Amino acid sequence: MTARGILSRRELLGAGVAGVGLMALGGCGPSPQRRPAAASSGAGAIRVASMAASTKDTLDPAKGAMATDYVRHYMLYSGLTSIDDDSLRPRPALAESFDSDDRITWHFRLRRGVRFHDGAPLTSADVVHSLRRHNDPAVASKIAAIAAQFAEVRADGRYGVTIRLTGANADLPTLLAQAQFLIVKAGQDHPDGTGTGAYRLAQFEPGVRTLVVRNREYWIPGRPHLEQVELIAIPDETSRVNALLSGDVHAIHAINPHSLPRIEASGTCEAVVTPSSLYTNLIMRQDHLPTSSPDFVQAVKHMLDRPLINRALFRNTAMLGNDQPVAPVMPYFNRELPQTVLDLDRARWHVRRGGLNGLRLPLYCSPAATGSVDMASILQEYGSQVGLEFAVNRVPADGYWSTHWMRHAMTFGNNNPRPTADLVFSLFFQSNAEWNESGWKNERFDRLLTEARGEADEVRRGELYGEMQRLVHDRCGIAIPVFISLCDGYDKRLKGIKPIPLGGFMGYRFAEFARWED
Amino acid sequence: MTAAPPTRSAAARLLPMIAGRIASSLLTLFLVSVVIFVASSLLPGDAAQELLGQSATPAQIAALRHEMGLDQPGPVRFVHWLGALLHGDPGVSFVANMPVSDIIANRLPNSLLLAAITALISIVLALTIGIASAINRGGRIDSALNIATLSLVAIPEFLIATLAVLAFSVKLLWLPSISLVTPETGWAETLRALALPVLSLTCVVVAQMARMTRAAVADQLDRPYVEMARLKGVPFGRIVLFHVMPNAIGPVINAMALSLSYLMGGALVVETIFNYPGLASLMVNAVTSRDMPLLQSCAMIFCATYLALMLVADIVAILANPRLRA
Repeated sequence: MTARGILSRRELLGAGVAGVGLMALGGCGPSPQRRPAAASSGAGAIRVASMAASTKDTLDPAKGAMATDYVRHYMLYSGLTSIDDDSLRPRPALAESFDSDDRITWHFRLRRGVRFHDGAPLTSADVVHSLRRHNDPAVASKIAAIAAQFAEVRADGRYGVTIRLTGANADLPTLLAQAQFLIVKAGQDHPDGTGTGAYRLAQFEPGVRTLVVRNREYWIPGRPHLEQVELIAIPDETSRVNALLSGDVHAIHAINPHSLPRIEASGTCEAVVTPSSLYTNLIMRQDHLPTSSPDFVQAVKHMLDRPLINRALFRNTAMLGNDQPVAPVMPYFNRELPQTVLDLDRARWHVRRGGLNGLRLPLYCSPAATGSVDMASILQEYGSQVGLEFAVNRVPADGYWSTHWMRHAMTFGNNNPRPTADLVFSLFFQSNAEWNESGWKNERFDRLLTEARGEADEVRRGELYGEMQRLVHDRCGIAIPVFISLCDGYDKRLKGIKPIPLGGFMGYRFAEFARWED
Repeated sequence: MTAAPPTRSAAARLLPMIAGRIASSLLTLFLVSVVIFVASSLLPGDAAQELLGQSATPAQIAALRHEMGLDQPGPVRFVHWLGALLHGDPGVSFVANMPVSDIIANRLPNSLLLAAITALISIVLALTIGIASAINRGGRIDSALNIATLSLVAIPEFLIATLAVLAFSVKLLWLPSISLVTPETGWAETLRALALPVLSLTCVVVAQMARMTRAAVADQLDRPYVEMARLKGVPFGRIVLFHVMPNAIGPVINAMALSLSYLMGGALVVETIFNYPGLASLMVNAVTSRDMPLLQSCAMIFCATYLALMLVADIVAILANPRLRA
């Protein structure tokens, strides 16, 4: 009896473990029966799980900070412009047209007949209010730094808005498509979800869920296709994947590439991999020794095994990086730049020339910067082969950005996809930028940045950005091993999904395009 | 055993003890709040920085700090918070900008529901297992139950929960893999949603309680009074329930109180795996966002629950045991 007790328990456990193993190997056939979309209502009601939710969740687009916020805000509100496909070019949205002669003063003509969810018509007053509030410190806008370039925002009649910038910026229409610039109702200091978006708010409980229903008077005829979307968050990745496979949710955000085989083997779900300009980078401070030595920087760049990082950390879903922040999917990517490859002889030569042999240096990594812990271990291994000794310091994610990031000679950063090359360069590479991660100073780069921002000629602009990428690639103390792709999972009955490189979930806007087909 | 207890003397013994315990509980709560306040001030960053994130400008941080009152020195903030709490106001969450009482009112019923259902099932189960294996000491049933409970103690709850999800949700599609409870969902749906979390938590707490019950009951069964009762011809079931249990209940109740307080605050792993909106995950949220009022309130609730359960356990032990009562 006792023996049988053990046996049956072992068998049970064994069966469970075998089940996991089989699923991982893709050996299990798809489950024959599937649950219908959201048990409570009819077809076209879906449940979507994002990665994180907390009491920070907000209905205020200006405060949006996480994927869950962006998805919610894009469902409820619309922007002046929008980015609808992988060309990443801005298209007119609430603004039916926009133009500028000098890229300093911009005129936007608003679409007429657009109504907020409460029936009020959209006018220039709403747009002026929505844009001006970013410059009020009390609003605590996430993009106050970008909005600081608005010298003046004024109404130009009932359906016209004029924005005057502090300096020329050809990217303004792209910037205005960002989630934080979505248009809220005039007079609302704390937006309550009343927007002009494809869905109306039915229920909002911070940290728990957001429920929206189709807006039948949406200003784009024929959209959206879903009746109801329930947005929740499942922070635990395994639980999120399980919820998709069991049919409890119909779309999930941010899958670990190592879970992709489980999803592909299910037969009922599929993964969508979005190439993006998200990257985790190694920062070598230019105001510390020895990281300021050009030989040190070159040695490190040549001892990064990029294909290994791509394979081991990201199951080959990532794109190789070339130590500059413009990803191959972005406009103005410089194709002529030679790819830096693993070259230990060259790294050794740089180490010897710089007199760095036998150097011992702490390297700070954290789960806060995706993949940095593994990257640090790989670097440590190759470092020992070229005569550099890296001491890997793994620090907790909590508080990493305020206490470690950029504060030691070698740390890791993690930068989200930005919609324009200008934005990533001005935020992280301009000499006087607050997050000039490596602390490098390059006058020519700064000059090119300002010039490119106001340049109207696309070809010339491409050349300028091309040269800036070369400067960063050659001189900057930043190593970018790979651009990380974003993996989402969908129920196969959800159609109309395609990658938009700005972020997962079709640049957070999938709810507008998705259809449900049984 | 059926003789009426001398109520006056019991009350006279109990009331001062209860009063003393409540007083010491209040002191404990105060000390806990001081420790939490100090510990969370030592964490890097404050609520304003965490809320504004990477992209914050110094002007924004200063404005937000002022709005939250974070520009005042720590002790001043603590005294303000304590003063408000004594007037029944736990403050406003820094991060959600909502009264802490509202946020907790959303989550507390969820935690209580989960704890209550788990407690109900696991207490019945634990008593049954414990008594059954105590009276069959050395027998096959005892060995089987011993192995089962010891294995359950050894298996971490995340493994049980994950295996249960793989089996019942992903493969069999019987039960939901995440627990979404909203006020609108009916009872049947809520119970279905709670099935797997309750199963996982029951596995964790039942084993400890069952082991304790077995030990206490087995200890009593060796006593001479049991032998005497058997010789007098009292039915065995009656001996166990009415003679042995009242004597064994003290340590059993204590183990139960410990397990139940774990159900309130320690359900974090289960809340995470099943995405259950309970208090434990709220508290973790509050720590990472440095949301002091919310964090303090959660801590006070957990601490008070623990102290209250311990007090109840002691009272029950005294009332149940005639020798302690006298």
